[in-house]
Amino acid sequence: MTDLLRVQGISKTFGGLTALQDVSFGVQAGEILGLIGPNGAGKTTLFNVVNGFYRPTRGEVYFKEEKISSYKPHRICKLGIGRTFQVVKPLQRMSVLDNVLASAFLRAGNKTQARERALELLHFTGLYEDRDMISKGLPLGKRKRLELTRALATQPQLLLLDESFAGLNPTEINELMTIIREIRARGTTIMIIEHHMKVIMSISDRIVVLNFGLKIAEGTPREIGSNALVIEAYLGEAQSA
Amino acid sequence: MKKYLPFIILALLFLVPLVGLSSYVMHILILVLIYSLIGMGWNLLGGFCGQVSFGHASFFGVGAYTAGILYAKLGWSSWWGLPLSLLVVLAFSLVIGFICLRLRGPYFALATLAMGEVLRVTAENLNQWTGGDVGILLRERTWVSKIWYYYIILLLAVGAFVLIKKVMESKWGYYFVSIREDQDAAESLGIPTTAYKTLALCLSGALTGLAGAFYMNYMGYIDPKVVFALHDISIVTIMVVMVGGVATYWGPLVGALIMVLLAELIRSNPGLGAAHQTLFGVLLIFIIIFLPNGIVGDFRKIVKLFRPGRSG
Repeated sequence: MTDLLRVQGISKTFGGLTALQDVSFGVQAGEILGLIGPNGAGKTTLFNVVNGFYRPTRGEVYFKEEKISSYKPHRICKLGIGRTFQVVKPLQRMSVLDNVLASAFLRAGNKTQARERALELLHFTGLYEDRDMISKGLPLGKRKRLELTRALATQPQLLLLDESFAGLNPTEINELMTIIREIRARGTTIMIIEHHMKVIMSISDRIVVLNFGLKIAEGTPREIGSNALVIEAYLGEAQSA
Repeated sequence: MKKYLPFIILALLFLVPLVGLSSYVMHILILVLIYSLIGMGWNLLGGFCGQVSFGHASFFGVGAYTAGILYAKLGWSSWWGLPLSLLVVLAFSLVIGFICLRLRGPYFALATLAMGEVLRVTAENLNQWTGGDVGILLRERTWVSKIWYYYIILLLAVGAFVLIKKVMESKWGYYFVSIREDQDAAESLGIPTTAYKTLALCLSGALTGLAGAFYMNYMGYIDPKVVFALHDISIVTIMVVMVGGVATYWGPLVGALIMVLLAELIRSNPGLGAAHQTLFGVLLIFIIIFLPNGIVGDFRKIVKLFRPGRSG
């Protein structure tokens, strides 16, 4: 089976700092791939490389067999990769609907179509009632959902979610998990960065673990849960634990 | 009522000259419309798209010199400057955009500031084209009466207003505002930000250049210090939009009205004349602190202020 996204030998250095070192893995169409690792492991850097904000120092990124590592973010988005940000970046002084509308234009022929698409998505993510709110005024949980809705409006085949669950309460977490499963059921492949272990273990089909810029493990949640290297990275060395 | 307000204002603007106003009042009205047109141009780029320019005098000057050079060097009517300045300024904006739009925020602002000054000095020294400091003088103006000039600039301003409204309600407008709010987010949502910033710059420059070409025809005289003026064009334009309301449709008109009247008021008072820059500065501080969205943007706040009883 060919991978939808293939990350091949990616290294990224910032001056003398190596953020990613020779990282390779694939994302298969239709799966939810979890990306975990301690703080500073290089997860967001990896997203920025896939998404086109950073050019990798070495290595290539392939999406649908096309080499995308030199493309600009907007072109990568047009090809079918959408993303959300860890620090939410809603377009603050625009209403919720306008936020989603602006991204729906990417694949809509005209404003009417874009509007229909946006309203449909706002129903789906449960923000319909808040559509006329200025996004600055939304609580964090809803702002995170707005980010997700906005990314969905570009109709991605691959969706990159950067800590969409951070700072949410248990009810919001459950709602969001339902939404993400539904997005996958509708045919979108998902790669997700998450610190919340319960969420990542239950939602992911496979997990890739990064530590200090290196890939230290890859496998099903069960395999990862019992992997000695992973336990060491998270809990420290065996004798001190 | 609110729905008809634009049409009432438009009708008033069209009927005003028929009352038989003095030549001085007509001149003031024409100045107001010139500054609203520049303000609308600036607002498109600075207000809606978030790319603050401190050098809009360059577009104004390039427009004015297009008309002036056509007249002085080729012997054409300077009115050809209106359509041709569009082409010249568009080409100029593409070059400027290519250089300056790689920069963000304050760096873009500084680059545009430098651009305005560079053009002024260039125009002062390109004697064989611009006449240097001597400037370009139309030997005779098309009309003695101001009424036709008024209608022409009114038409241009109304056209710019309608164009901006149409643009802002379309995909372009949504993209411009997205870029203003967060360029990285916009980029990752599939918006080619560089291309759309260049587009905003071209539209904005074209409107400003048009105002410059009209200015040449109306005033009959330009020199580099007048049309590439940092204070009287670049900075005053920003003030017009700030006072009227950044990223509002009516802001530039309201701001231009206030700024032009204020400038005339100060100038007609001999004791204050020299202090007009100071007073503009004080006004700007007042606006930023109390009405950050300008008079149009914070209109509700102002209304409340004058109805203390009902404000709650």
